[in-house]
Amino acid sequence: MLSETLFGTDEMMTSLMQKRKAGGVVWKVVFLFSTSLAILFLLLLLVSVIDSTFGYVAVRNEMEPSQLVAGKDAVSEFSRAELETVLQEHLSSGILRRVLHDKPLQERSKTDLVSLAQQYVVKPSVVRSWGLGDSLLDQKSIEAFMAGNEGLHLTFRSWINWSFFTSDQSANPLNAGVRTAFLGSLWIIMITFVFAFPIGVGAAIYLEEYAVDNKLNRLLQLNIFNLSAVPSIIYGLLGLAVFVRSMEHITSGAFLSSVSDTTANGRTILSGGLTLALLVLPIIIINTQEALKAVPDSLRMSSYGVGATKWQTIASHVLPASIDRILTGTILALSRALGETAPLVVIGASTFISVDPSSIFSKFTTLPIQIYQWSARPQGAYRNVAGAAIITLMLLLMAMNSFAIIMRDKISKKKRMES
Amino acid sequence: MNTTNLAEALPRVYEQPQEEKTIIALKDVSIYYGSFQAVKQASLDIYEHRVTAFIGPSGCGKSTVLRSINRMNDMIRGSRIEGSVRFHDHDLYAADVDPVLIRRKIGMVFQKPNPFPKSIYENIAWGARINGFRGDYDELVETSLRSAALWDEVKDKLKQNALRLSGGQQQRLCIARTIAVQPQVILMDEPASALDPIATGRIEELILELKNSYTIIIVTHNMGQASRVSDHTAFFMVDEKRRGYLEEYAPTEQLFLNPAHKKTEEYISGKFG
Repeated sequence: MLSETLFGTDEMMTSLMQKRKAGGVVWKVVFLFSTSLAILFLLLLLVSVIDSTFGYVAVRNEMEPSQLVAGKDAVSEFSRAELETVLQEHLSSGILRRVLHDKPLQERSKTDLVSLAQQYVVKPSVVRSWGLGDSLLDQKSIEAFMAGNEGLHLTFRSWINWSFFTSDQSANPLNAGVRTAFLGSLWIIMITFVFAFPIGVGAAIYLEEYAVDNKLNRLLQLNIFNLSAVPSIIYGLLGLAVFVRSMEHITSGAFLSSVSDTTANGRTILSGGLTLALLVLPIIIINTQEALKAVPDSLRMSSYGVGATKWQTIASHVLPASIDRILTGTILALSRALGETAPLVVIGASTFISVDPSSIFSKFTTLPIQIYQWSARPQGAYRNVAGAAIITLMLLLMAMNSFAIIMRDKISKKKRMES
Repeated sequence: MNTTNLAEALPRVYEQPQEEKTIIALKDVSIYYGSFQAVKQASLDIYEHRVTAFIGPSGCGKSTVLRSINRMNDMIRGSRIEGSVRFHDHDLYAADVDPVLIRRKIGMVFQKPNPFPKSIYENIAWGARINGFRGDYDELVETSLRSAALWDEVKDKLKQNALRLSGGQQQRLCIARTIAVQPQVILMDEPASALDPIATGRIEELILELKNSYTIIIVTHNMGQASRVSDHTAFFMVDEKRRGYLEEYAPTEQLFLNPAHKKTEEYISGKFG
């Protein structure tokens, strides 16, 4: 034993040390547990989405392909001549006239003819669909179901496939696609960016670089923080009152006399984009302010030191030093807007449209609205369609976020290496 | 007086004057940060083509006084000045004086080397460009770097990012950057405090050389440095209310060898500080 000090004997020191370490271990386990829990829930989400997106479907055809052309079990096996004959013979005169009016059969591609034949002649409909889990693990009950029902076709289907991206909304889950909603989302996000980015960055530059520290500006700042915490549905109500109702003349395109027949009053892409722009504006402002704050004052001072004006300092040094953070933050804010549903529902986004948006004055639907609408349908097969749309939305969000990260890395690398 | 008059009033070429001529005159300068008075009624004359050192213990307001000379204190929220600072007999705090123009004429080198995160070339050229320089930029860059004794070290890597230079090189680049816009006065706020002794020595040599063309005011904690480079030394002290004030101002030799005030003597002999 060494000397006894105010810290106690060596033994006491050792035992205290063990206690201190044990305390640390407890917290470490707690943190590990919460991390694992978070990962577990994420995995569950992913599993449930994937489960509904892939699996067996039992389909009943209104007209079997083998009845149309003997010996061929699928429309895709038909020859071109056979397809043309089948279409001529089985399409109702109204549909045939419309199809021919769009484009004569001879000029259409074979895949086009196949899909026409599927849609209007074979008319498959889903009787029952199974998730991926059931499809892999519970094949007995699927077989039992098939044995109990005559004339069904069982196929393994990936609900997310190429035609899902290229076709629009449909009353038949087998034909339903996400194209209109995807384009709607892109249009909306573009409008949001065009309005929110310059206004947000401008406001942030004013608040951070120009505004003097007085009561009014502090109040402004406080309110921006509060606005960023306002529930999105409130923004929807604001958008409804301001953009859809009060500014209908502008948001409907009436002032350009370019009201398209697909437009419903002010419930246009422009209104939706502006509403989401309001929603993300405080986020962009706060984020940009943080980015500007992170620029060291010594950089501003060195610029003033050689006789630069305030604006020269901001434009040549402060903004270049913070642009990566500003852009990353903006893209993340836009990803939030991309996933917003409530405000768009409030301002009256259409839930069932099959016409692509063609201008900012078009009616629109977006991916999250489409997902909401599909998952609310009574037919079970729409849940599979919703799953596929969720994957589409997640892929889009992931693409945007990765783009943000890649761009940030590129810019900061460029800043380091800059000539 | 308006800003254009000030610009015209400033002579462009200098000859080394033999007698001491006042270029900057501080009269009863008090500086406040909010309600706190940081500097109490400092009055002193800065002479042209001389090196003036500001020394004193921490918190004595020497850097604050320095920054008041090119209105850098304007950047600090809540700062306020009383008294007058005159440059070539023009009041720097008159309502119609543009601080940007003052900083153009009174350049500044900071404590921590802070080159722009751009190329070495651009560090020199940027200040000249925004100030409307119409000459040959390559020549300007070379002359400025030569004046700052940096040319030989960087002439082959002018396109390289300035942040990749060593601390001492960065500080000399900052001096070159300041020289490039051809100010009359260079303020240096502890320019060597973040540097090693060798780099410090080079900065001191540089200051002695620059004296021929510029008026230099240097704030330093290092009394050896003040005695080596300066012609005049101002010693600042803190009073019981933590306000800084000018205790003694004299030619450097006199202040260090034969100080008039007891506090000065105690400080330079290392009794406190």
